[in-house]
Amino acid sequence: MSTAAPLPGQIAPGQVPADAATVDAAAAAEWQAQQASQLAARWSDACLAAALFAADPVGTGGVNLRALPGPVRDIWLELLRELLPPEEPYRRVPLHIADGRLLGGLDLAATLHAGRPVAERGLLAEADGGVVLLAMAERVARNTAAHLGAALDNREVMVERDGITARTPARFGVVALDEGANDEEQVPDTLKDRFAVLLDLSDIPYSAALPADQDLDAIRGARARLPHVQLSDDMLEAICGTALALGVGSLRASLFAQRIACAAAALDGRDVVEMDDVSAAARLVLAPRATRIPVPDPPEDQQQPDEPPPEDNQDDDPDSQSPEQDIDKPLEDVVLEAAQAAIPDNLLAMLKMGTLRTRSRSGGKSGASQSGSLRGRPAGTRRGEPGAGARLAVIDTLRAAAPWQRLRRAERLRQGRSITQGGEVLVEVRQDDFRVTRYRQRSETTTIFVVDASGSAALHRLAEAKGAVELLLADCYVRRDRVAMLAFRGPGAELLLPPTRSLVRAKRSLAGLPGGGGTPLAAGIDAAVELADGVQRRGGTPVVVLLTDGRANVSRDGIGGRARATEDALASARAFRTAELKALVVDMSPRPRPDAEQLARAMGAVYLPLPHADAAALSGAVQAVA
Amino acid sequence: MPAAFPFSAIVAQDEMKLAILIAATDQSIGGVLVFGDRGTGKSTAIRALAALLPPMRVVEGCAYNCDPDAPDGALCAACRERRNNGGKLKVRKGQVPVVDLPLGATEDRVIGALDLESALTRGEKRFEPGLLARAHRGFLYIDEANLLEDHLVDALLDVAASGENVVEREGLSVRHPARFVLVGSGNPEEGELRPQLLDRFGLSVEVTTPQDLKTRMQVVRLRDEFERDPDAFIEKHKRKDSKIRRRILKAKAHLDQVEVPDEGLERASQLCMKLGTDGLRGELTLIRAARAFAALEGDESVADKHLMRVAPPALRHRLRRNVLDDAGSTTRVNRAVEELFGA
Repeated sequence: MSTAAPLPGQIAPGQVPADAATVDAAAAAEWQAQQASQLAARWSDACLAAALFAADPVGTGGVNLRALPGPVRDIWLELLRELLPPEEPYRRVPLHIADGRLLGGLDLAATLHAGRPVAERGLLAEADGGVVLLAMAERVARNTAAHLGAALDNREVMVERDGITARTPARFGVVALDEGANDEEQVPDTLKDRFAVLLDLSDIPYSAALPADQDLDAIRGARARLPHVQLSDDMLEAICGTALALGVGSLRASLFAQRIACAAAALDGRDVVEMDDVSAAARLVLAPRATRIPVPDPPEDQQQPDEPPPEDNQDDDPDSQSPEQDIDKPLEDVVLEAAQAAIPDNLLAMLKMGTLRTRSRSGGKSGASQSGSLRGRPAGTRRGEPGAGARLAVIDTLRAAAPWQRLRRAERLRQGRSITQGGEVLVEVRQDDFRVTRYRQRSETTTIFVVDASGSAALHRLAEAKGAVELLLADCYVRRDRVAMLAFRGPGAELLLPPTRSLVRAKRSLAGLPGGGGTPLAAGIDAAVELADGVQRRGGTPVVVLLTDGRANVSRDGIGGRARATEDALASARAFRTAELKALVVDMSPRPRPDAEQLARAMGAVYLPLPHADAAALSGAVQAVA
Repeated sequence: MPAAFPFSAIVAQDEMKLAILIAATDQSIGGVLVFGDRGTGKSTAIRALAALLPPMRVVEGCAYNCDPDAPDGALCAACRERRNNGGKLKVRKGQVPVVDLPLGATEDRVIGALDLESALTRGEKRFEPGLLARAHRGFLYIDEANLLEDHLVDALLDVAASGENVVEREGLSVRHPARFVLVGSGNPEEGELRPQLLDRFGLSVEVTTPQDLKTRMQVVRLRDEFERDPDAFIEKHKRKDSKIRRRILKAKAHLDQVEVPDEGLERASQLCMKLGTDGLRGELTLIRAARAFAALEGDESVADKHLMRVAPPALRHRLRRNVLDDAGSTTRVNRAVEELFGA
């Protein structure tokens, strides 16, 4: 994405932005000091978040800790560990944990030993009363995320598997280690929605990560005080009003903000929630979830996102516009300001440009990523050895062994061996009985539409592409297909629709598709290769459909000029060819020209002149190729 | 089990609450699907249903919650045999089951399987009933219905359609009645629901987060109060909950007496034709839902106002998808209702 604003943490002391360099050294120093104090404020908020979470892990649900592994994250985790009472469980959930281990299931060793099914407690039940650390949360499997979410909601784990029915209490908080490197990699929203705090430490430098001044006794004190903390109606109104103004839809967020505010008051040794607590809650809980900028008090000529502005909350007190009445400002505005100040810079930039797309992600991208035969729909069991990735199907193994038990016992007795151990009759399982689970997974196809959105003709081309996308999606459930869409125009390419199966999302992202500008064909092809590569890595089969007239006029580095641009486009096309992707080039120019055909040949793609295409013809053509 | 949030304390979301009450009144309506944003109280409402349902008569000692007054065909093999041999079925009062189908449940647990314990210890072949058996005459709740694994969906559809669970596996051959109301919830952004499964639900409700400050404050307040002291909170709402329970009971008793006049039937057909819904299921559900709604309201016969109110939940998921019409299905139903009833 091209909208990334300079991140404060990435600027080393010597590097001053170009415009600042022209100003005198004093201004530069001031700028640096400002950056430093911002960083310090963010880090102290992060430490506060750790303390608040430690004070009420169950109530606040969890923390989404977005940071690459490194010393800063370690310092934060260490801090949290110190703040959590050592006697409480602190469990790490590895990425590829099996459902049985997570939720509990059949304990094979004990079952074989006892000769009757013995239940095993799952990790979530073991974590009851403590904290669960979820490693690499951005790649968590959809199932695991759903189980965690259900446990967070119900505060218990319900197991219905392997012949065992059990409910065990599981009250815990989650720390999700989100190592996502780009916008594409996100913790599933099902989980994020159930965490109070969304923390981003990815741009905090090591030098800013100073030790914090909280200790375990303070946390214990806060926990004892927490049940007595009161929240007045004014404060609640400030929280809910701020959430509305920032476009935070989920009511869980408001609920969490309220809990965080209570925890902050308790941590401070008070029984009544005050302004500071609510501001902290707004910064930690509401700001990272903002989907729009609240209406500024003095009307500026800022572009408004399409949602209706929340006027009704603000015209209660029209006098509050003059700056000297700062103290009389409605509480909500104060909180709103606090929240706004905490909205991350890059998010703010996107909000301002109105380019923030609904950041919902399908529940866990990595659903299909695990390798071949071990994933997918269980397709029965077969006789075989466990190990080497094959999972023992315990139940089926025992079932296979069950009918033989009498015979085997008799045989054992004949051989003079005992059939009991410690008073229990042994179940004799032999190698022949082993069954392993078979899985079957069809690799899903992801059709990537790469649309030339340049110039005036773009408008109807886009309409056709949109129609084709929707037609393909309409029956994609049956064929297990997903659809993605890239558009290129002006300086570069943009991902309009990440791979999805959801018609709802597709419609929403496609609704405001922009058109016009130059033709950066090279950038479009490059982006397609990148996206297709991502799809392949997750185990899918990409099919690229390029809709263009083949006439590039913007080169790879964003400079106009037909000759350079064409050269770049052909170079990109050759790179595309080496990636060996299935592709279709649809020539959308009114009269077919050699440009597009040449491009298709360079890409190793099927060429299809379609001057008067409609959505149905396009989707038919795509299905023929894929 | 942790106490459930009381039904009467759920703020707003009137359509969802009505749909749940209708399904509780007339179980033949075929279930409720609640689709919508996160954090709107979908699961809360459905879990609250369990505490709300009036008790029912069941055969003592029957694993399938058999109805002692049912005809032979609707009994499980054991109960049928006992009754036909002149034995008397002992009756007890039981809770209407609301069974959770957790995501990731194995097929054995859902449809039932060989009872391992008796197989291992006594070498006996015995059937251990699964979740479908437990849900008989009650509700089967699937959270995140759109994420359910395909093979489970297939099994569910089959049983829901026939009202009978047939197990032929591991040398077992068992059939038992399994009539239940499917209740599903999910978020459409995480994936579409298979059309076949969609059609199985009688009513479909779309929920959105309330955008009104007062409502939102009230939700947060009530939820906080509940979490601080669940027991006291439930006690506080007990009277309101039992009022709703009485309303369901009355409506159930009253249901057969509610008349459906010919013009009501005609209206329903007109509406379905106008919307081009597939099959007759839509019409049937519309009439049934309107009748249950009339019973809940204490009215004698089905009138336009009932049809208008239940038309969106009964029909919105049955419209053929039109990719070129961007208007949501709710809008389309409302439009048709407006044109027809001239509201």
